[in-house]
Amino acid sequence: MTVKTETPAAASAATKRPPAPTARKKRSWVGLWFVLPFTAFYALFLVWPTFLGLYYSFTDKSLTGRPASWVGLENWSEAFGDERAWSALWNTAEFTLYSTPPLVVLAIVLALLVNRARKLGWFLRMAFFAPFVVPVSVVTMIWIWIYQPDGGLLNHYLQLLGIQDAAAPTIWLQGESTAMWSVVLTTVWWTMGFNFLLYLAALQTIDPNVYEASSIDGASWWRQLWHITLPLLKRTTALVIVLQLIASLRIFDQMYLMTGGGPNRATEVAIHYIYIAGFEGYRIGYASALSYVLFVLILIVSIVQFRLFSRKED
Amino acid sequence: MTAVQEKSAAAPSARPEVRRRRKRPTVGAVIVYIAAGALAVMWLLPLLWAVSTSLKSETEASLGQDIHWIPETWSLEGYRTLFERGDHLTWMINSTIVSTIVTVLTLVLCVLAAYGFSRFDFPGKNIVFGAIIAGLMVPGQALIIPLFDLVNSLKLAGTYWGLALPQVVAPVMVFILKRFFDAIPRDYEEAAKLDGAGHLRVLWNVILPLSGPIMAAVGIFTFIGSWNNFLWPLLVATDPSMMTLPVGLGVVSGGYGLFYAQNMAAAVLGALPLLIVFLIFQKQIVKGIAGVGLK
Repeated sequence: MTVKTETPAAASAATKRPPAPTARKKRSWVGLWFVLPFTAFYALFLVWPTFLGLYYSFTDKSLTGRPASWVGLENWSEAFGDERAWSALWNTAEFTLYSTPPLVVLAIVLALLVNRARKLGWFLRMAFFAPFVVPVSVVTMIWIWIYQPDGGLLNHYLQLLGIQDAAAPTIWLQGESTAMWSVVLTTVWWTMGFNFLLYLAALQTIDPNVYEASSIDGASWWRQLWHITLPLLKRTTALVIVLQLIASLRIFDQMYLMTGGGPNRATEVAIHYIYIAGFEGYRIGYASALSYVLFVLILIVSIVQFRLFSRKED
Repeated sequence: MTAVQEKSAAAPSARPEVRRRRKRPTVGAVIVYIAAGALAVMWLLPLLWAVSTSLKSETEASLGQDIHWIPETWSLEGYRTLFERGDHLTWMINSTIVSTIVTVLTLVLCVLAAYGFSRFDFPGKNIVFGAIIAGLMVPGQALIIPLFDLVNSLKLAGTYWGLALPQVVAPVMVFILKRFFDAIPRDYEEAAKLDGAGHLRVLWNVILPLSGPIMAAVGIFTFIGSWNNFLWPLLVATDPSMMTLPVGLGVVSGGYGLFYAQNMAAAVLGALPLLIVFLIFQKQIVKGIAGVGLK
């Protein structure tokens, strides 16, 4: 029935269409078929959740499955007044602040060293990068073992060096003042290799003639570093810092596994609080509002990164 | 100019000396090698400590024992108990299944899309491509709540598909592949088309053989990323039999408590698959990361 009523309309539309570009258009629709499967996935698993999350943030949607109702801006005003949310955001910022400088400086120093020690290149690259491909839970298992207050590797060597009193071992992951630093140290060990490889690649593209001219001028190694090498690494550093910012805002795994957000919520980060609100408090609506605050923050950093990339494209 | 003049003036006497110095390692070079080597060994210590602990007996590994690197009695007790429990193998199989689905689907979908965007004009192309580029900036981790709700309502929670499908959406891979395809000259395709090859055949016979390295890079990075993903499988796979390796190790093995030999045996076996992948594909991985910075 419906087919019959539609046929005349379709036919008349077809006759109205200008005949000229048919061949081109026919070819062009083929392109859509190539793009369609990915676009469908993209729409379902990325675009749709983005809007769904925004919608949920205005409802009292619950994980328990009871019907949700519209609550207006209630979740949002609660989120902005939520001290625990602010402190989670602050912990995230704190982690970023502590972890970024060593992740940049160490990566540069090691890349400079490895760039000079070419004959050991393969081994050195492997040693510094290997932790990066290790799953996060393996990393945390090993470091929890190293951080053991009594009989852990770290305290053992600190006591051996006389830095620590054997009678008062440091409780790394359970201490309010040390927990964050412990996670930072583990993270630096785990992810430094990626930045290291970025820097090493950048160093290896520098034309050696650049140095030759200045060494004939009698410039010292140190002067060359400051006036030639580091300025040439500026773009890489910008990239590393932006990638680091994005990664830090998303931090969750290490805290969840090593400290559980403790002690006393000293290492509870943004995603962790969203996780708690959504999956332990069953409040999907409220967790969605919290997610959106983080979403916007990461989006801002990502836009900076995107511009950094596209400027180079020109 | 002055440099050149100085050089030519000083040349006769200075040259031989410079040459000799280049052949023999200088003090500076020796220091560089020692420092780099020492730091690299230090960097490997945590992994070596895990290996060392895993090869001790449970009593020798336990807290309160002396710290020593070489086991007094070599023991595979940790590995044995791990295999008797059996769940480690289950998680390894789950991770392999999920990461393989993700990698294969990502390659197929992204190659098709990149080829479509690179070689065809169709209505709405710019809008669709723009929307996908915008996706480069959307942080997936901030969407876990609605994404979980979606996967739950699709009845996919706790299944391989629920674990894998949301990880397949990778706009960055489409972007990278499109840029690569754009750089391939069209002449090859025209020749194939004259021979009567369809679009898919052209893609398969002409484009893909030219794209080996980039496909390898995309595939390896997708596989590693998916294998090491923690947050998403943590949410979706709550039943231990469906957990991936990182989640199983983190959630269940964390509870092995004081059995450190067993604990570290699990860590060593958990690290091994991707370390092997890394050693095999080291060249492609290093090149791939270099590409991020140099592009």
